[in-house]
Amino acid sequence: MNTENLKISTVENLITTPPKSKAKSDEIIRDLLPQKFGRQGMIWVAVLTAICCVGAFAYYRQLKHGLVVTNMRDYVSWGIYISNFVFFVAISLVGSLITAIFRLSNVKWSTPLTRIAEIIAVSAIVFASLIIIVDMGRPERLLNLFLHGRIQSPILWDVIVIGTYFFISVLLLYFPLLPDFKILIRFKEKTGKKLNRLYRFQGSFWKGTKEQFKISDKSINILCITIIPVAFCIHTVTSWLFATTYRPGWDSTNFGAYFISGAFLVGAGGVVVAMYMFRRAYRLEKYITDMHFEKMGRMVVLLAFLYLYFNINEYLIPAFKMKKMEAHHLTELFAGEYAPLFWFTIFIGMILPVIILLFKKGRKPKPAFIAGVMVVVGAWFKRYLIVTPTLLNPLLPMQNVPENFKHYFPSWEEWAIAMGSLSGALLLITLFARIYPIIPIHETIEEQNKTDEKISLVE
Amino acid sequence: MSENNNQKSRREFLLSGLLASAAVAGCSDDNDNPFVTEENVAPSGEKVKLLSVNGEVIEVDKAFLKPVPNLPKLSNQEERKGIPGKKFVMVIDLSRCKNLRKCQEACNHMHHVHPGQNWIKILSMQDGENTAPYWQPTTCMHCDEPPCVKVCPVDATFKRQDGIVLIDANRCIGCRFCMAACPYSTRVFNWEEPKLPKEVEEQPYSCETSLPQKKGTVSKCDFCPDMTRQGKLPHCVTACPNGVFMFGDMNEDTVSNGAETFRFSDLIRDKAGYRLMEDLGTRPSVYYLPPVNRNFPYESGLENSDEHRKS
Repeated sequence: MNTENLKISTVENLITTPPKSKAKSDEIIRDLLPQKFGRQGMIWVAVLTAICCVGAFAYYRQLKHGLVVTNMRDYVSWGIYISNFVFFVAISLVGSLITAIFRLSNVKWSTPLTRIAEIIAVSAIVFASLIIIVDMGRPERLLNLFLHGRIQSPILWDVIVIGTYFFISVLLLYFPLLPDFKILIRFKEKTGKKLNRLYRFQGSFWKGTKEQFKISDKSINILCITIIPVAFCIHTVTSWLFATTYRPGWDSTNFGAYFISGAFLVGAGGVVVAMYMFRRAYRLEKYITDMHFEKMGRMVVLLAFLYLYFNINEYLIPAFKMKKMEAHHLTELFAGEYAPLFWFTIFIGMILPVIILLFKKGRKPKPAFIAGVMVVVGAWFKRYLIVTPTLLNPLLPMQNVPENFKHYFPSWEEWAIAMGSLSGALLLITLFARIYPIIPIHETIEEQNKTDEKISLVE
Repeated sequence: MSENNNQKSRREFLLSGLLASAAVAGCSDDNDNPFVTEENVAPSGEKVKLLSVNGEVIEVDKAFLKPVPNLPKLSNQEERKGIPGKKFVMVIDLSRCKNLRKCQEACNHMHHVHPGQNWIKILSMQDGENTAPYWQPTTCMHCDEPPCVKVCPVDATFKRQDGIVLIDANRCIGCRFCMAACPYSTRVFNWEEPKLPKEVEEQPYSCETSLPQKKGTVSKCDFCPDMTRQGKLPHCVTACPNGVFMFGDMNEDTVSNGAETFRFSDLIRDKAGYRLMEDLGTRPSVYYLPPVNRNFPYESGLENSDEHRKS
């Protein structure tokens, strides 16, 4: 890689920058410095906070009365808390895709998207951990996982890999921020006193020396390499929470790959949505360009086809055989109680976005954004379909149980908590973008200088 | 199988249980040492042989033996270990079941199971379209390869050396992975604070009695280890008027429903006993005898069925 030489040149640039490129980098800094919330931003934050508060109140009720406030019962013992957890874990995988896989394969256009992807990953992982605690009947005994942990249990594997993924993701968010801290501190008057104290606390040791860049680059490379297997682990292990049981719909060797492909799809969709929102909110048209939507659109198409492929394996092969145990489950999905939702997730979550994004016009920001929303919404319900219908098809018949054991529709507390967690994740992303530059400033300047250099070489 | 044989083995079974409880009663309580002569006890001259903790046979005057109403409390460690030398097994004779649900009633009553939930489920089964329906009481299978134990992250559900799978509700974190893993759907969850009588609520928790049940934890059929420790049969076995349930020790090769006692291996061989979902490899400790030569027609059980009552 020739990044090292470039870095040196940037460092020198900061000392003796030619006036033209200095003006350019100043413009970039001005554009990308964190901005105060406007009116819309305030409303957005207020709404999210309100939903979070309702969720917190619902959780208070759950702590007080027990899980009886949910509509989960002995047969449907896992509900939308768990499907929401799977959704969060899934969407967090995008951090590794955009940051690590693209970086290692030398994809340059993804630079402005790395921080968006990484903060989605971090906030999703945070709320995945929270929602799993919410699902516990005895959250106060969380420490038992460490005091009496059995390494044989897939839950312990999940705790280990999710913890590891969280730390790597945080570091991958933090290290590229270091050169930006220097810039942020330099523009004290624009960022404000309070935030500056935070920046200094987090990044004042960064002087931007050659040695520091070398260490930082090396660390980022190591993190990028390690995060890929860990990312595969978090979602494979999450799929094993289901695949290690005997239940029809879960007892599948396809599950790991099926979950991972779905995770990359929803992650890419999520990034498209976030790109569009940030671009609009912060007027970043110069940095998140149509080209980015074009490329991410293609990415979503590829991933949607991949996920569709695993879906075919997952549903049509058992449906070909129609084993007695599977048959009831599959007919419920294809033509029974869950059919509307099932076909919704297939069409809205996969096929329609593919159709939109296959066209060049469909890869323009607005239609791509709509396709991205479809992917994300479809993916959320898809997780619900993976969890709940299976539990309503036990191996021994459900008999002589109260009527509410035989059906499942989440209670208002469950909805409030699930929506609260989603709002919480969005709030975390929003606040992050308020405090830190959502598009890496230093790297953008660097890329700019590189293209300038190329131009001057040609001249 | 001769009647004599049955009677004899039953006596052995009960006797061994009694001896075990007497031994425990005799040696465990330091404060009330039974070997210390109390003033008002006169030696009767009749000696009883007992096994000491050191494994020696000792003779004690009968008058010094005191009845112990409640067995001394066991430590959590002992409860997790189980009763040494035992391998409990249950046989359920489907040809005798008419869905009376006395087993369920007794079980729910003794374990204070939450209304609407059951540890024993009596299922109306029909294996194929043209096959005969039958009633199938379903308990915890106490598998030798328990899927629930495999997935528990905190060792809250565990397999004891006597074959019983138990739950430690003081450790359970309520993740419900075991409920998802159990193919027999045997586990129930305490979704809310259990409504218990005051005296039950106040008694110290024991994995063997599964009492008092705790909010936010999983519970299930426990094979009544508190009863077996006293040499008694589980509540469902004694409650069934038709002798459907037979309980015993695999090592003694004996099972009993209270009225009759059988050699386990003979019973399974002669009546073609089987286990549920053998192909899953869970190796249950509960065996079923097929519903042939039935004592009652299937229809006689319909009056107790909720589904039937509704329609």
